[in-house]
Amino acid sequence: MQDVTTEKKEFTPTIVAFCCNWCSYAGADLAGSSRLTYPANVKIIRVPCSCRVNPMFVLKAFQQGADGVILCGCHPGDCHYVTGNYYTRRRMALLYSFLNYMGIEKERTRVEWVSAAEGARFAAVMNDFVKQVTDLGENKRLTDLRVKEGE
Amino acid sequence: MQRIGVFICWCGSNIAATVDVEKVAEVIKNEPGVVFSTNYQYMCSENGQQLIKQAIKEHNLTGIVIGACSPRMHEATFRKAAEAAGLNPYMVEVANIREHCSWIHKDMEEATEKAVILVRTAIAKVKLNAPLTAGESPVIKRALVIGGGIAGIQAALDIADAGFEVDIVEKNSTIGGRMAQIDKTFPTLDCSACILTPKMVDCAQHEKIDILSYSEIEEVKGFVGNFSVKIRRKARYVDETKCTGCKLCMEKCPSKKGLNEFNMNLNTRTAIHIPFAQAIPNVAVIDASQCLKMKTGKCGICQKFCDVGAIDFEQKDTFIDRQYGAIVVATGFKPIDLDNFNEYGYHDNKDVVTSLELERLMNAAGPTNGVLLRPSDGKHPKVITFIQCVGSRDTSGCGKPYCSKICCMYTAKHAMLIREKYPDTEVHVFYIDVRTPGKNYDEFFRRAVEQYGVDYIKGMVGKVYNENGKLMVQGSNLIDNEQITIESDLVVLAAAIEPEPSVRKIATLLTTSIDTNNFLTESHAKLCPVESPTAGVFLAGVCQGPKDILETVSQASACAAKVIGLLVKDKLKSNPCVAMPDEMMCNGCSQCANVCAYGAISYVDKEFRLGGGKTEVRRVASVNPAVCQGCGACTVTCPSGAMDLKGFSSKQIMSEVEAICKM
Ligand SMILES: Cc1cc2nc3c(=O)[nH]c(=O)nc-3n(C[C@H](O)[C@H](O)[C@H](O)COP(=O)(O)OP(=O)(O)OC[C@H]3O[C@@H](n4cnc5c(N)ncnc54)[C@H](O)[C@@H]3O)c2cc1C
Ligand code: SF4
Ligand code: SF4
Repeated sequence: MQDVTTEKKEFTPTIVAFCCNWCSYAGADLAGSSRLTYPANVKIIRVPCSCRVNPMFVLKAFQQGADGVILCGCHPGDCHYVTGNYYTRRRMALLYSFLNYMGIEKERTRVEWVSAAEGARFAAVMNDFVKQVTDLGENKRLTDLRVKEGE
Repeated sequence: MQRIGVFICWCGSNIAATVDVEKVAEVIKNEPGVVFSTNYQYMCSENGQQLIKQAIKEHNLTGIVIGACSPRMHEATFRKAAEAAGLNPYMVEVANIREHCSWIHKDMEEATEKAVILVRTAIAKVKLNAPLTAGESPVIKRALVIGGGIAGIQAALDIADAGFEVDIVEKNSTIGGRMAQIDKTFPTLDCSACILTPKMVDCAQHEKIDILSYSEIEEVKGFVGNFSVKIRRKARYVDETKCTGCKLCMEKCPSKKGLNEFNMNLNTRTAIHIPFAQAIPNVAVIDASQCLKMKTGKCGICQKFCDVGAIDFEQKDTFIDRQYGAIVVATGFKPIDLDNFNEYGYHDNKDVVTSLELERLMNAAGPTNGVLLRPSDGKHPKVITFIQCVGSRDTSGCGKPYCSKICCMYTAKHAMLIREKYPDTEVHVFYIDVRTPGKNYDEFFRRAVEQYGVDYIKGMVGKVYNENGKLMVQGSNLIDNEQITIESDLVVLAAAIEPEPSVRKIATLLTTSIDTNNFLTESHAKLCPVESPTAGVFLAGVCQGPKDILETVSQASACAAKVIGLLVKDKLKSNPCVAMPDEMMCNGCSQCANVCAYGAISYVDKEFRLGGGKTEVRRVASVNPAVCQGCGACTVTCPSGAMDLKGFSSKQIMSEVEAICKM
């Protein structure tokens, strides 16, 4: 993206956030309408429920050069689809150990429960996660070299 | 080849002030597949929509991306516009460049860069969108109201008056709810029963309303327009069709020690009873835990005296199944337990009562026949101290963090009524803040102070203890900055209110959500306050948040309007973004059905051609699109990757991931 990007200054991680349409996506909307800031490198993908997120998507993100992936769903017990977030929790627990096995720091992924009413929490979680990933530095383990070729 | 059109909205200055909208539209022109890109002040406006429609036709667009506010806001608007121009409404994607971009970033360059990426991500997705058609399902023209308090009563009456059948399912033996327990009502001080009971009678007499009292919801299946509900009719041991409400049984029943719940356990009642004189239905119920016949086998006196032979000790719970198009939840509230608040001595002193208990102590049909006497010795209390916010606005974790909203008003009411009836009584009120917004509300409170001389003390109470038969209320007076102790005869606690606990079960059955305080969550805090996030389920009364009667009734009528709006429709459009298996890949393993919370997946045997004239019969998954809610749980569970979700397919999400990561 030569036209808008200025040359690389300090490291700003690329972060993909999967947000459930019913809670955290709305929480992010609330953060927006409350004008609460968090870094621009967080980009949100809307999913109907956190349980729609296939661990493959997370791996794909890392492979494509993401430095951190965060998954946000409804609080346990509050899933719009009754039990979706429980599946998410279990699947992500498995994914953590898999990432560990592959040598990707566990701190690069996170699951957070953020309700539609928690705009402030959404911003706080994002700020915190971005800081955490920035501290870890660039994700080199799973980068598909073809992706970064252009640099 | 897809022909994509991109429309970047300024949202006045909401987006344009931090995102260089012209530049975004310009940069996006070079994206592969994009044949048209523009920007406009208000895309959602009539002119903006016209612009979209025109571009779709002129440029023969196969998909469009709108860079604007949250899709939760205007996705539906843009889909309609697309449809009007002949484009499938599901060939539309919205890039959220307001809530997720312009509003949270300050730096124009940074925000513009992000907006470009967000729009590219939406383009990547829309290229993989497929036209979808919403299915249609019929609407059952009958509504269910859960809870027969004033909220449920009002909603039922309004819906029934519009000509639709309504069932009220009430867990108690009578409808009426908390309002039936209240003596007089603020801000007008009219008698609660006098305004409530006519409405209860209207319900009973309405040909469209069926009251299922002493009943609870057991199971809910289906979806908006087509719910199927299993109702448990609890055994009341009295035949509802025969009992005439003569109360002869109540006179004769020898078991008189059961606590009277209606009077907040301040006195006792017989095992067979009708909670209060105006109960609807006016039918007795036997409390099995108190009934001698049921406990020991000896007695049966009521049966002997009942002229119509209504008593039936053999009665069992029965279940009925009913179908509904819409459901109203109106399960109300209860005052909190005061176990965490030992400092007020509620459990140790009979003369420390809650406000709801005071309502019964002041009510003509209450345990003292309306004469205010203290519970310990039946004497007239001369000094009464009220304590506000007991467990409300409490962030310590002992109580509730929210304001219960009604206590300031009812305490002013109690203080005034007492001073009016017993002018020699001294009334003190400890308060943190007095909050009385509302028409004629502040005037009402001021009357208590100015006209009735109620002593309002700003400050918290540290403790209440008994000294020589007097209740000592020790607190601070923040205005005079001193510690004070008031010797009182009666202490009244304005206990916080919380949702009726069974609401958790109801929420689970209805797959709708509740907040951290157990209040049911509305679909949008401001714009959809009576809709739950689950289509076809509506919320009325205190189950959604603290309210007084006026607000409860307004909300109930609003609910009814929504229900009527739904029931007048003959057919509903269903969400086409549902799961669909690739039958060639599915091996019928059953994993997907196990995770589906809605039972949308079944398995069918299908014949497949293998080539060479051979065929094979295999078991494959089949999703019922009317039942699937589109959560996607099954898609991730499927080990063969056969299950996918329309509108949120794996390919689409992967392409979004790619677009975000590609720099
Ligand atoms: C001490 C006190 C004084 C008050 N004074 C006033 C006043 O003067 N003026 C005023 O405007 N407001 C007053 N209020 C507020 C008023 O009581 C409420 O606004 C009103 O009762 C709310 O009605 P509702 O129908 O939402 O709930 P409720 O009255 O609680 O009714 C809920 C009904 O649903 C039933 N139910 C619950 N769960 C289930 C279930 N799972 N299945 C089936 N049925 C179920 C309950 O049995 C009940 O009948 C006072 C409140 C208190 C506590
Ligand atoms: S049988 Fe039970 S309800 Fe009837 S009179 Fe005896 S104790 Fe009362
Ligand atoms: S998407 Fe959700 S609701 Fe639909 S079939 Fe799959 S698991 Fe069931």
